[in-house]
Amino acid sequence: MAKIDTGLSNASDSFQANRSGMLDRLDKLKTITTRTRLASDAARARFEKRGQLLPRDRVALLLDPATPFIELAALAGYGLDNPDLEKSVPGGGVIAGIGYISGIRCMICASDSGIAAGSLQPMGIDKQLRVQEVALMNKLPFVQLVESAGANLMAYRVEDFIRGGSLFRNLARFSAAGLPVVTITHGSSTAGGAYQTGLSDYIIMVRGRTRAFLAGPPLLKAATGEIASEEELGGAEMHTAVSGLGDFLAEDDAHAIGITRDVIGNIDWDRKTPGRNYQPPAYDPEDLLGIMPMDLAKPVDMREVIARLVDASDFVEFGERFGGATVCGTAKIHGWPIGIITNNGPIDPAGATKATHFIQACCQAGTPLLYLNNTTGFMVGRIYEEGGIIKHGSKMIQAVTNATVPQFTIYCGASFGAGNYGMCGRGFDPRFCFSWPNAKTAVMGGEQAAGTMEIVQQARAERLGEPVDQTRLDAMKGRIIDTFNSQMSAFYTSARLLDDGVIDPRQTREVLAEVMQLCRAAEARKPNKMQFAVARP
Amino acid sequence: MTRMPAKSGKTPFSRLLIANRGEIAVRILRTARKSGYETVAVYSEPDAQSAHVALADQAVCIGGARPFDSYLNIGRIIDAALKTGADAIHPGYGFLAENEGLATACTSAGIIFIGPSASSIANMGDKAGAKALMIAAGVPCVPGYQGSDQSLKTLRTQADGIGYPLMIKATAGGGGRGMRLVPDAARFDDLLFAAKSEAKSAFGSDAVLLERAIINPRHIEIQIMADRYGNVVHLGERDCSVQRRHQKLIEEAPSPAVSPQLRAAMGKLSTDAAKSIGYEGAGTFEYLLDSDGQFYFMEMNTRLQVEHPVTEAITGIDLVAMQLQLAGGEPLGMTQGDIAFSGHAIEVRLCAEDPLADFIPQSGRIERWRPSDRVRTEHGLADGAEVLPYYDSMIAKLIAFGPSRDDARRKLANGLKETVALGIRTNQDFLAACLNHSDFAQGLATTGFIDQNRDTLLSGTAKDEHLAALRIAALLRASPGTGLTHGFSAPIRLQRGDKIHEIRVISGPHGICSATGDEASVEFTVTNILDCLFRFTENLTTRSAHLLRRGNRVFAQIDGRQWDFTDLTLVARSSGGGGSDGKVRASMNGTVVSVDVTVGDTVAKGQKLLVLEAMKMEHVHVATRAGTIAAIHVVVGAQVAAHAVVVEIDPAGETP
Repeated sequence: MAKIDTGLSNASDSFQANRSGMLDRLDKLKTITTRTRLASDAARARFEKRGQLLPRDRVALLLDPATPFIELAALAGYGLDNPDLEKSVPGGGVIAGIGYISGIRCMICASDSGIAAGSLQPMGIDKQLRVQEVALMNKLPFVQLVESAGANLMAYRVEDFIRGGSLFRNLARFSAAGLPVVTITHGSSTAGGAYQTGLSDYIIMVRGRTRAFLAGPPLLKAATGEIASEEELGGAEMHTAVSGLGDFLAEDDAHAIGITRDVIGNIDWDRKTPGRNYQPPAYDPEDLLGIMPMDLAKPVDMREVIARLVDASDFVEFGERFGGATVCGTAKIHGWPIGIITNNGPIDPAGATKATHFIQACCQAGTPLLYLNNTTGFMVGRIYEEGGIIKHGSKMIQAVTNATVPQFTIYCGASFGAGNYGMCGRGFDPRFCFSWPNAKTAVMGGEQAAGTMEIVQQARAERLGEPVDQTRLDAMKGRIIDTFNSQMSAFYTSARLLDDGVIDPRQTREVLAEVMQLCRAAEARKPNKMQFAVARP
Repeated sequence: MTRMPAKSGKTPFSRLLIANRGEIAVRILRTARKSGYETVAVYSEPDAQSAHVALADQAVCIGGARPFDSYLNIGRIIDAALKTGADAIHPGYGFLAENEGLATACTSAGIIFIGPSASSIANMGDKAGAKALMIAAGVPCVPGYQGSDQSLKTLRTQADGIGYPLMIKATAGGGGRGMRLVPDAARFDDLLFAAKSEAKSAFGSDAVLLERAIINPRHIEIQIMADRYGNVVHLGERDCSVQRRHQKLIEEAPSPAVSPQLRAAMGKLSTDAAKSIGYEGAGTFEYLLDSDGQFYFMEMNTRLQVEHPVTEAITGIDLVAMQLQLAGGEPLGMTQGDIAFSGHAIEVRLCAEDPLADFIPQSGRIERWRPSDRVRTEHGLADGAEVLPYYDSMIAKLIAFGPSRDDARRKLANGLKETVALGIRTNQDFLAACLNHSDFAQGLATTGFIDQNRDTLLSGTAKDEHLAALRIAALLRASPGTGLTHGFSAPIRLQRGDKIHEIRVISGPHGICSATGDEASVEFTVTNILDCLFRFTENLTTRSAHLLRRGNRVFAQIDGRQWDFTDLTLVARSSGGGGSDGKVRASMNGTVVSVDVTVGDTVAKGQKLLVLEAMKMEHVHVATRAGTIAAIHVVVGAQVAAHAVVVEIDPAGETP
């Protein structure tokens, strides 16, 4: 094995500048996610008065201690609920992540009911659809902690109503795929939301808190004139004893969580995933803070990143002397092989063909692939066009699209243009896609876009014989630069679910180890044959 | 006048059956094996996996869990000996050790009984008779009444004559059972009844004797060894003053209160008395030593004592080996002059009991057992060993030896601190508090030590409870193995006694954790968890803690302190426990020995409802609230499980 030699000096000015830039962005990430937590925690008095636990308390108690939890899409909806980024409360009204319950790795999706009574927030539907997709793809049992006022009628959009149907469709698919759906109805689960409860295999209801009905007292009175209380229409006691919708009656939230842990604990699931011996990276992962420059124009040797992610910093580089700007090679994480593709510059024909070859070789060997995005795109220019960059790039995209092994994408720096496609961007459906907080994703840089537009405008003026209005052109350029630059940051893209979350670079190795293990477990799991979803009696 | 023992000449044997269980069976087995004897263990059904069974060459199941079905069943023990060809039986202590029936049955079956003759046992077992014999032998005795007239009238008259305070003792008793201290005449009838009923159920006889109570004496006993050729030596004294419920807790040799002159005097009286009754084997004369240096004979134990290891430590003599030697008819082979005492030894008895609840015995499983290697530990435990309600609650003895008393005490305190017994509540902390108490440290403890210092000794166990709860909560949720933590605060509720500790725990990456409660907060980093051993660093200091969860029960040992909490985190808050709902629950597994109410009775809060016998002790269950008895779910003789509802009280019938 070849241990990567490091050229990194953590005393250098550039390292310190990079580190300080990265820490600023991590601070920003913490500030934003803390804002959501505090907003939810602000409901504590109300919750405690009702004898309830706050959503994050519920999640904390549901999860096994001393096990990893990967929170997904914590920035969903950032800036969409409130254009003032200093006041925006992201999360989509949902806390979601992958964690362990009674030894079983599960997808957890909890209403963040401390905020606006758990009503759907911008990107809330998309976030739930994405976590459902992740769970289905990775064969994870799905656990819901439901307490949602539902859709905000004041912000009704028909497209949300229609797309929202997929949430229920997915629940039925889970059940049929042999993936248990376990739901605690901590509070409201009404109207369409009632099916969120109804489509579950195991339903735990909380005495005095559960509200599951198609129509509440006001709508019922309006519709039929019947007068009934919420408790009569959809309380836990009625549902567990009369309608049979609820399977377990809990006295309170904590009790419900205890029951849920027991229910999941008795599901026969392979809890043991084989571990292998491994060595940690030879270089300190802490250094990952100082490698990526905040200025994307500055070059990076991504081997420095690999050296801090893989076991013993051992990396077997594939085709080092051919298309050298595209770095390919194999390494191990927690003892399990992984193929890594990353960029030390634009992807040229040689790089694209090498990457294609490497992807296919990994598929042949069953080695999962990791794409560490750091590319300004495919190389342009006459000799590259002549060299067939389009067809070679296409081959790479073909290989990425049709790869048969799990693929993971990390946006480490730039992910521009078709480079994003070739490097398994979110559109190519990697199993997981995470961003570092400095990452930027765009079709091209703002300057390049503005420059392009300037040339096009100048050519148009010339063709029409009009004078160039330089002031107007400069204003337009400014707007283009703003438009591009404002949309490329990881905070912006993550808000729109164009990744699964922004992570601290230092956590990357652990996140990768966990998702690699999760994919192996999914691969090994043979779902029980089921023709239908489990139906209520 | 010296009477010769009944037997004479050599009686060699080769295969020894040990008619006992637990630590003493293991201890005897060890010496028997070392001395070249083949060994046979006997066991009751639930003891099949016990250490003594595994250690013996052969083992015979002699019946069910209840002592009368097994360890107290002479017929089955003799059968086991005959079946396995055992030609000698060692009774250990307790069970049949002082039952002349076993000695007689052995003689009839041609088996050597490791102990004195049946008649010696009978004579000494009858406390009244023994006292008379001792008075005849010139041994000073406590004034009292030991007549056969057991009528209430006679006893009361005699009691008034002796004066109060006085002791009532079961004539056939031992180990503190059937024993009551009567402070004044008004309590005499009550306590007499209690002593008699306990004596009846424990020993089959309700005869008692009365004695003037010597207040706060020391308990000093002299170990003697006698061969069948009339040679008797004493091995010095043991001071067993630290007692609770009239049962010894800490024993030491030599006694800080016994001078060489006093030792010689007590030793001579004891050896002379042993000679005068033709005693053979190991025996112990128990005396009370008052503050003026006067001593009074209490009783003689005709067997190996629990606390014999302290004598072994200071004399270098293996008492069990010597018992075997004497039973084989070998002479003592030494005179008093050959016996030298050196150093100091202290023993503590580790018991499964709850010091906070008047030392009520506990039963259950010891999930994790790690004796300390600093001290001699006598035990029959292993990880997962069951402490059964049918037998004695003592689970281990720890014995430390050092050149001086303080050396021994320090060693024992540290050995105790290091000993891990998780899964059941024990008196470990209480023992530590006793060892560290200044009165004990100065050698001033009398039999009143625990009662006089109860609050100080017990407050030690409750001290720092909140801090312990915080640490345990944080340890329970720490994540040393991962950096991927959510950092959400988990609301944890840990209960101990009446107190519920509400705690918020935040578990951060790589074992960093914090716990905040009403009164304090802690923050530390857990660096490693191996099985139930946690390493954590707090304020730059790295320490260890043992932590074990069993269902909702959490057992921990931190800094040598024992803690157990009930984790209520995921338990419904609304379903109140405690019996205020009118449901009286069994405090432990046991047998109902009396039911004192019937359905429809009006009861006051605290009124006695029924009595449960478990772990050889009676446990009174009282009304948890005033009301009317709505239902009784048990009858006398019924076995009940811990926490089972035994009586229901309807509050509606509550009297104003």
